[in-house]
Amino acid sequence: MAAIAGAMFGLGLLVSGMTQPAKIVAFLDVSRGWDPSLAFVMGGAVAVYSLVFRVVRRTRNAPWFDRGFHLPTRRDLDFGLIAGAAIFGVGWGLGGFCPGPGLVAAASGSGSAVLFIAAMLVGMLAQHGASRR
Amino acid sequence: MMSSSFVALLGGALIGGAAALLFLTHGRVAGISGIVGALLPPMPQGDERAWRLAFLVGLVASGALAALIAPSAVGSSVRSPVLVIVAGLLVGFGTRWGSGCTSGHGVCGVSRLSARSMVAVITFMTTGALTAWLAGGWS
Repeated sequence: MAAIAGAMFGLGLLVSGMTQPAKIVAFLDVSRGWDPSLAFVMGGAVAVYSLVFRVVRRTRNAPWFDRGFHLPTRRDLDFGLIAGAAIFGVGWGLGGFCPGPGLVAAASGSGSAVLFIAAMLVGMLAQHGASRR
Repeated sequence: MMSSSFVALLGGALIGGAAALLFLTHGRVAGISGIVGALLPPMPQGDERAWRLAFLVGLVASGALAALIAPSAVGSSVRSPVLVIVAGLLVGFGTRWGSGCTSGHGVCGVSRLSARSMVAVITFMTTGALTAWLAGGWS
């Protein structure tokens, strides 16, 4: 079922235009002919997930294939959360790819997405190394 | 012809539905940076690895299928290769330090009304908008 969820997730990214970096940049850059359509992507995703999430939490003690739900437990607004999100935003606004669409675009054979994903993996490994120190 | 806002809403609903399916079946958050990051060395074993790999196989398959039937759905970055590499490094480092990206924080976290995720989304939207504006000025 995780593979079906992954394929459906990728299909949603493709349909919604998230795999077109020019569209992402046109959404983020409000100063040049702003394209607001990506706000609808987040709106649609949050609407569906919010509803199903609440129904599942209320009606079930566990998911189909596990003994319990795995949800984040941290509540603190720490420096890493804000600094990391800020750095991610800079990279997103620069390249026009976030991780999911980058992977889908790389799998479709886009050269710039392959380059982006290779660098992203290096960035992730660097952060893991830095946090272990 | 469907309007671009409607198509965006439909695509968003598919993304939300897929994340919901992962939650219903495996009880997990569909956060792409978290799923990828957790598979990097030291790679986990057993179930901790299996659902993540399966999800990524499905995700990658959708991209391969798009190349065959709808190549225009995928675009190249508007920046030079050097800037794309810088962007990738920042996205990789930032998403792991900040515990998530557009999917984990933006879709799943916001839907759970998580304060951490809402702060993260406001932060990366702001720095993303500033960067897109500044980078658009030079190129």
